[in-house]
Amino acid sequence: MKMTGAQALIKSLEMQDVEVIFGLPGGAILPAYDPILDSPIRHILVRHEQGAGHAAEGYAQVTGRPGVAMVTSGPGATNIVTPLANAAMDSVPLVVISGQVATTSIGTDAFQECAITGVTRGITKHNWLVTDPAELPRTIAAAFHVATTGRPGPVLVDVPKDVSNASMEWYWPSSLEELDLPGYHPQTAGDPELVGKAAQLILEAERPVIYAGGGILKAHASAALRELAERTGIPVVTTLMARGAFPDSHPLCLGMPGMHGNYTAVTAMQRSDLLIALGSRFDDRVTGKLSAFAPGARVIHVDIDPAELGKVRHADVAIAGDCRIVIEDLISALGRSGIGPVGSMASPGSPAASRPSQEPWMRQIRDFQERFPLTYDRDATGALKPQYVVETLRDMSPEDTIVVSGVGQHQMWASQYWRFDHPYTWVNSGGLGTMGFAVPAALGAKVGRPDKTVWAIDGDGCFQMTAQELVTASAERIPVKVAILNNAYLGMVRQWQEMFYEERYSEVYLSPDLPDYVKWAEAMGCVGLRVESPEEVAPAIDKANSIDDRPVVIDFRTDAFEKVYPMVPAGASNDDIVVGPSAGEGGR
Amino acid sequence: MTVASVAVGTDRLADRHHILSVLVENKAGVLARVASLFSQRGYNIFSLAVAPTDDERFSRITIVVDVESVPLEQITKQLDKLVNVVAITELAPEESTERELLLATLGVGAAERGQVIQLVGIFGGQIVDVGADHMTVMLAGAPGKVDDFEELVRPYGITELQRTGRVALPRIERRGPRVGVSAR
Repeated sequence: MKMTGAQALIKSLEMQDVEVIFGLPGGAILPAYDPILDSPIRHILVRHEQGAGHAAEGYAQVTGRPGVAMVTSGPGATNIVTPLANAAMDSVPLVVISGQVATTSIGTDAFQECAITGVTRGITKHNWLVTDPAELPRTIAAAFHVATTGRPGPVLVDVPKDVSNASMEWYWPSSLEELDLPGYHPQTAGDPELVGKAAQLILEAERPVIYAGGGILKAHASAALRELAERTGIPVVTTLMARGAFPDSHPLCLGMPGMHGNYTAVTAMQRSDLLIALGSRFDDRVTGKLSAFAPGARVIHVDIDPAELGKVRHADVAIAGDCRIVIEDLISALGRSGIGPVGSMASPGSPAASRPSQEPWMRQIRDFQERFPLTYDRDATGALKPQYVVETLRDMSPEDTIVVSGVGQHQMWASQYWRFDHPYTWVNSGGLGTMGFAVPAALGAKVGRPDKTVWAIDGDGCFQMTAQELVTASAERIPVKVAILNNAYLGMVRQWQEMFYEERYSEVYLSPDLPDYVKWAEAMGCVGLRVESPEEVAPAIDKANSIDDRPVVIDFRTDAFEKVYPMVPAGASNDDIVVGPSAGEGGR
Repeated sequence: MTVASVAVGTDRLADRHHILSVLVENKAGVLARVASLFSQRGYNIFSLAVAPTDDERFSRITIVVDVESVPLEQITKQLDKLVNVVAITELAPEESTERELLLATLGVGAAERGQVIQLVGIFGGQIVDVGADHMTVMLAGAPGKVDDFEELVRPYGITELQRTGRVALPRIERRGPRVGVSAR
């Protein structure tokens, strides 16, 4: 069947079961927008290409399916560079189709020309410039394969306008061999011998901690993780990217570690004698000063990306493989050593029978939890505490609400004070720290899971960066809800200037009412609400949760002086965690 | 790494430099991907040589890397993540045959020509171009030998010099004949 390259492009997306494209047309991608009119694929017209990328990421993070964005050449493509970098850091499967000037014009500084494959080389898992229309179906199939397998990540396919317009004979690759990827072989099964060694280390450990990262969610390994934790009785910390991968209300859940992690999660890792790192990568925000991080711990490290093993911290047992498969193998290996299902007893004489008691360790952990719970000044009069807003929002929203955040103080409070009991209910920008992520990502998440309530918890600084996507949400009837924790500052920067720059506040003040967020929300077709005191919080949330036909924005005027605690200052050891402004015991 | 006494002279940088033989797809932009990986991650390249292999689908990049700052393992793992990289072989100096080619134009007139010709003869090089007061010499050999040659011709006045960077292949195992080829 003869068709144009553009028709083949859209048909290829249909073959990949794409249900939605987030995009914005322009000259070089024009040919591809014509067949969209005849395609069952929904297209959502964003107001800025960065919004398309983050929306596709939000969609991908809650559905586990690749997000797809389509943009034109030049500025359209460069506007989506940030989402590509964001997706690379957080291992989000993202497929970006960009238009390009005609192959005959490439290299001539043509109108809206930018060599985007060069620009995005280091922030995509792979990218392609298609110069032959016959390569389009194969390239799209390869792009989805690369984006979604192994360690997921972003890919970009750059399609020159003459390639879109040219005629080609339709085909669809029927096997992986036809994708022509001779150098791409992600390894999913772990080495059984290494899994056996890992089981041995677990049997010997007195103070083990499972350090669960975003890879658990990418590998759909939440159920396996829970099984492993329950069978072994080993406590679990969930990193910023893994919130929800293990239920917060589970007795073995210690919550988030890291720079703004809670005392117990941070300190349990510091004191542990065995860290079981599953789909986590020893990020500097987790380890603090590396040389002082968990000094007495042996390390089991499981990751699908072999380059993560030993990159930051030496692993005593390093297993390259898919987290779900390796955890299931590990459960089997432990079973052979006598650690069976919950409630079963280790048979006498089995290796598990001589396993050290975990009781003293758990007693110590319970002691940490009692002495240093996550806390803030709940009795403050007058001031609206951002943590109180998050807690009230949590308690008044459905338990499986999807929470999306930007980057900064509000992100940390959302991660700390929400109770994540379900996987894929937390969407944020972890590795890259992209301010402005929340609004477009929430839009994408709601498109992916229209059955769920989606709350964006955003900062006022972040909101101003990408708020225009609420126009998209209104126009497309995507009823997301946005809680702006409006402290009139670039709050996290302000916090650092207060703590580390002698309160010399440089370029962090934003004003609480410029812009007027309620009027702005209304201008964008949303319902706008304002909350200035603690008593107004619950009624406003109640009203927002009752609206399901348009987006809602609540401008919470929160205490500008509130800081995120606990905190491990940058470059400091995790042992030097500061639990609060008036921390006793030297901050420990 | 053990410093094997080999006939290539002293390789002063042997402890820091490792040779990676990287088989890549012969496609547009692949060299840029490899090169930019090194610059992005702050790895140092000492030399790099690239050419197609006997199979036109693939090229071979021979990279001499400086492993003082980053462990070689991390470099190879990151390289392996590039979709266009098909295979990576680390060639330890004692287990590989390395060669490099040098071209040098020397400011040599008739008076000194004989000395240079003699030197080139000792090293097994060639005279590839001669003018009234210049001559261009070529030497292909083990990198240490090429270093030595460069030092010895330097006093004659180098006007231009170009080295190719190393290329290398694994040494042939000196065992009895056997069927099949080991997969490298």
